Amino acid sequence: MRRRFPHWVSRWFEPLIEWTIRLCGWSAIFFVFGILFFVFREAAPALAGGLNLTEFFTSPNWRPDSTIQPQFGILALLAGTASVTLLAMAIAVPGGLGAAIFVSEYCAPTTREGLKIVIEFLAAIPSVVWGFVGAIVLNPLIIEATGAPIGINILNGGIILALMSVPIIMSVGEDALRAVPDTYREAAVALGASRWQIVYKVLLPAAKNGLLAAVLLGVGRAVGETMAVLMATGHAVQIPHSLLDPVRTLTATIAAELGETVEGGLHYRVLFVIGSLLMIMTLAVNLTADLIVKGIRGRQDV
Amino acid sequence: MQPIRSAPIALLASVVCLSVACSGGEKRDAGSAPPPSTGVVIRITGSDTMVNLVQAWAENYKKKRPDVSVQVAGGGSGVGIAGLIDGILDLAASSREMEPAELERATQKHSGVKPKEYAVALDALSVYVHKDNPIDAMAIEDLAEIYGDKGKIDKWSQLGVKVPGCTSDTIVRVGRQNSSGTYVYFREAVLGRQREYKLGSIDQSGSKDVVALVGRTPCAIGYSGMAYATPEVKTVKLAKQKGQPPVAPSAATAMDKSYPLARALYFYSPGEPKPHVKEFLDWVLSPEGQKIVSDIGFVPVQAS
Repeated sequence: MRRRFPHWVSRWFEPLIEWTIRLCGWSAIFFVFGILFFVFREAAPALAGGLNLTEFFTSPNWRPDSTIQPQFGILALLAGTASVTLLAMAIAVPGGLGAAIFVSEYCAPTTREGLKIVIEFLAAIPSVVWGFVGAIVLNPLIIEATGAPIGINILNGGIILALMSVPIIMSVGEDALRAVPDTYREAAVALGASRWQIVYKVLLPAAKNGLLAAVLLGVGRAVGETMAVLMATGHAVQIPHSLLDPVRTLTATIAAELGETVEGGLHYRVLFVIGSLLMIMTLAVNLTADLIVKGIRGRQDV
Repeated sequence: MQPIRSAPIALLASVVCLSVACSGGEKRDAGSAPPPSTGVVIRITGSDTMVNLVQAWAENYKKKRPDVSVQVAGGGSGVGIAGLIDGILDLAASSREMEPAELERATQKHSGVKPKEYAVALDALSVYVHKDNPIDAMAIEDLAEIYGDKGKIDKWSQLGVKVPGCTSDTIVRVGRQNSSGTYVYFREAVLGRQREYKLGSIDQSGSKDVVALVGRTPCAIGYSGMAYATPEVKTVKLAKQKGQPPVAPSAATAMDKSYPLARALYFYSPGEPKPHVKEFLDWVLSPEGQKIVSDIGFVPVQAS
């Protein structure tokens, strides 16, 4: 076979490509730390003075621009984020894991590929489109079905977020199930286990770390989502008393208010404090998921 | 079988890469206007109430002066005023007057030059309810009890109406987010300077969104510019006080100020406007520019 490139090309280009790729890898780390640094730097002056942290975490009153007495209490916003995320997970975890089990264990190979493509397509729908669906389609349906005074509320946001998290939970969960060696299945079949017994008694315990990671990545997605919840939850500052109450989330607050703040003002800084809080929350969730995945890997290699 | 264990990490990495790419991309948009490299550019940002009006002015001005490009962005009066203070705009559109503190900050930022105010149109800020809602009129005090902190009205029956389709009888308050000039104006005009909004209202980012949501929600009440009325909603007549005759929002009642929520819509320029901006402002205030005001659904400022 003839060499396609002269010798000097590969001699110069190979290292060049290698370095480019290496740079791509390292740049991710650089960007993560760069963003962390930027967000914390903008938030720091508020933490150093001007922001009463007790009020910040315990007051439900969020009136950042009041001309009478600005109040920066995020309790209602935290309750909003927590309630929507919890509801979304209550729907998405059984749904996503169920889909993962079905796709990995019960499906014929052709159906499996088709289903995976369709479910993963859900992940490709832009979040603003999801928000639109929540505000226009689900809103009247919820009013009609429940008699609620308004249909953009926790229930609406929870359903939308659940639909957005299912693809992540499903695809990571399916990987975890498929990572269980086939010998486990064969051994179970040899012992006379039914299909459901295999899933319930053998696969779920064997893949539990991977499945937990799937769930946590779903949680991370739900906590960080902005546009869809901004449109679907009603954007109302209040501590909810029922699933049908509108709420406002931390992310939506930043998105809605950052534009009006004057750079360097207290309101601007406090929004960055909220941003830092969100980053710490999602980083913690993702890190936990990562460590758990590393955990399985370590054990299976033994 | 080959396990794909690194999927979560790959996912994470791609999310990071994506968000990095996105934030890079948005940064440019957020500046609301590219640098004026060719021709003359007038950058206007602010009031969402005014955004359709300013857009119409921009389009018509293009026919008159093709060499001048007027770039319009919304976001709320607060966004426009913040941009004016930060010095990235030629004009800020605002549906409320600038606060003394904001004027002071802008003056400081621009080495002692005070922003200039131009009232360019009038608006009768309207209170909207669902089209099936039988309520016809309300007093400002009622509105204050609905929207104000510790207000006592939260059921439609307290106002003496039964709204079809609203089984819970709850009044759903639809409002604007706090970057909105309408939000600030409504607070001052209805609640007064010493009263806060009751928390828990559904805060929308646009004037149109308020009306659209009210149109879809039988229990709702909302406020927005008069130009945003649709067949899905109905406007409520307002009385300055209980016992006084209620007045419907219209061009006539906005002009003679008999409507309680009649207000002006403003342009602010950081100091004396540049010649091409001044020319645009003169055109906006001319009969030709003011005709567009009535076409959009607002009220022209009286010829001065």
